[in-house]
Amino acid sequence: MDDSREHPIVVPIGTRGRPGRGSRSDSPSAAARSLANGAPVPSATAASRSRVRPEQSGSTRRPPTWTAPTPPLTSIDGGAGDRGRGNGGAEESPHPPPGADGTDDIPVGDWIAALLAAAQEVLGEDWEARSAVLVAQLRKRVTGDYEVDPFGLDPQIQEIAMAMLRPMSRTWFRTEIRGAENIPREGGALIVGNHSGTIPLDAAMTMLAVNDHGGRTLRLLGADLVFSLPFVGELARKTGATLACNEDAERLLRRGEVAGVWPEGFKGVGKPYAERYKLQRFGRGGFVSAAMRTGVPIVPVSIVGAEEIYPMVGNIPSLARLLGLPYVPITPLFPLLGPLGLVPLPSKWIIEFGEPIRTDAYEESAADDPMLVFNVTDQVRETIQQTLYSLLVDRGHPFF
Amino acid sequence: MGRVVLVTGVARDLGARLASTLCDDPAIDKVVGIDVFPPQHDLGRVKFVRADIRTPVVGKVLAVEDIDTVVHMNVAAPERGLAGRGAAKELNVIGTMQLLAACQAAPAVDKLVLQSSTAVYGSSPRDPAMFTESMAARGGVRSGFPKDAVEVEGYVRGLGRRRPDIVLSILRVGDVLSPYISSPFGQYFSLPVLPSVLGYDPRLQFVHEEDVLNVLRRATTTDRPGVFNVTGPEVVTLSQAARRLAKPLLRLPSVGFTSAATRLVRAMGARYTVELTRLLTYGRVVDTTALGDDFGYEMRHTTGRTLDEFVELASPGALSALGVHHG
Repeated sequence: MDDSREHPIVVPIGTRGRPGRGSRSDSPSAAARSLANGAPVPSATAASRSRVRPEQSGSTRRPPTWTAPTPPLTSIDGGAGDRGRGNGGAEESPHPPPGADGTDDIPVGDWIAALLAAAQEVLGEDWEARSAVLVAQLRKRVTGDYEVDPFGLDPQIQEIAMAMLRPMSRTWFRTEIRGAENIPREGGALIVGNHSGTIPLDAAMTMLAVNDHGGRTLRLLGADLVFSLPFVGELARKTGATLACNEDAERLLRRGEVAGVWPEGFKGVGKPYAERYKLQRFGRGGFVSAAMRTGVPIVPVSIVGAEEIYPMVGNIPSLARLLGLPYVPITPLFPLLGPLGLVPLPSKWIIEFGEPIRTDAYEESAADDPMLVFNVTDQVRETIQQTLYSLLVDRGHPFF
Repeated sequence: MGRVVLVTGVARDLGARLASTLCDDPAIDKVVGIDVFPPQHDLGRVKFVRADIRTPVVGKVLAVEDIDTVVHMNVAAPERGLAGRGAAKELNVIGTMQLLAACQAAPAVDKLVLQSSTAVYGSSPRDPAMFTESMAARGGVRSGFPKDAVEVEGYVRGLGRRRPDIVLSILRVGDVLSPYISSPFGQYFSLPVLPSVLGYDPRLQFVHEEDVLNVLRRATTTDRPGVFNVTGPEVVTLSQAARRLAKPLLRLPSVGFTSAATRLVRAMGARYTVELTRLLTYGRVVDTTALGDDFGYEMRHTTGRTLDEFVELASPGALSALGVHHG
């Protein structure tokens, strides 16, 4: 509204320094006028307003009573009585009073039609078949007629978990995926990433990325703490995770699954914010020997953004020891805001899958050569570290 | 000349079943059953000796009957009506020591089949997804029946070192689930409401009694040295099993679960086996590929089929109205 700038009368709060309530120099403010007990409105105002909405005043041929839906402004023009009258007569009123057009007696046929339309909207054109499938699936769930793999992966639960993570990844973290073509479309592979973020959301986001961009189910390898915690362990198993030990890793890779491992472990997740994007020691190289024994490629993945979700500024080691946890984090929001502090900060993420490092050229006995294993471990670590630096430059501001 | 077999623990369901099936085997001349309790079933042509294997009398039985094959099935979790916890430990460990001492002293004995249990792998959050025969327990074998099972296997391996001429078959049998054979899980799944641990949904495996009996019989009649896991392939989770049984799960917190479950189960008129607590928390899955590849037996019943058969023959659960039953 250009006119309102010329006649600075109806400018709401927060005008960024433009003339607003209490900041005018030539005429009294709205607050001042209401103090003056219904002083007459300058006629220029009414004229300007009728100029603003010519079609309205033209069509209804009423004196320029205020019908805009912004409540604080109505007091200027004189009152609730006016507004009520205007509402009763105006056809364009957006919220008619309840019962005005008989909401109670919508015919049943309309209800059914609306429901059908809604079903079509949600499930698509073949909603009939799809809802039948849904009901059948639900029945199978209720009667326990579904398969769980030996590691405990429940495909339906996994799908639901992915669907719940998707909006978080897309709108909250605005994750950008790079190098998705490096995720092998078939056969075993070991995805190795950098770990950070106090709560390992990076593993969940990588799982989603592999699921959506690689069409594979990423089998996470988690610390034993995960499986001793109630609910967490149950959910981890059902979404396909298993214990990070050589036996399980090799079993998964031999089955031709894509396994994901974060060799930094708690040293990486629980490092202070000041040390962000500095890779910790990469375990003892167990992941390399597992990949060598099974001859699967190692795909390094660099994750930028997870460091900022819960910036860990402090730790309570005594409480951690008491609870048997590796650390009890203090973040700018965590104990301060209580459970609200558990909402991750909306940092911007980039997940880049690097070029696979092949291990099938090595003999199977190479896994027992510690020197070689350490060298490959270092190679993977360096690749991820260098990629992290370049991704950080690319990303710019961590939040915007 | 056929074999003369001694079966210990014939008072239990599985022991009695094995002893009577062995009688029908043409390769076997005579089956002697021994137990400290009178058998609950008709043993047919089995010669029953009521004796305590915790005493040296078992050596005399070996000598008098000229036994050459010993099938040791007396290692089991305490059961209602048979023995309490303390007595069970005595039977399991001391009984095994006496039996093994007698075997070592009897030159005619050239084969020992031990019905061990997958309980030797314990149950803990540090467990690998599947135990193979070469893996050791990582937790949960410090008390109760799992500890007994580990000790018994240790003694049996000791006998193997001292008498290398004896063919040793150690069969780690999973949890038997059958309406006809009393077992901890059979009793548990017969409850109207299943107490379970809040926040945990363990992976479980069950084995059909027919498979156990077939494997034990094959190990008795042919030479199959080694250690083998015997359980139904594939897994079910506890929640899945409860759904198939159409029984509600009652989630209790893990702190104080054993005492709460014991009281609850007693109120329902049954007895809770405390060894179940760890299984209901962390579960246990073993790998049975060695049984197929090296032992040469393909399991006929998967875990799911074993459970379904149990469901079919068990009384329908309270939630059966919710869904049509499959299988």
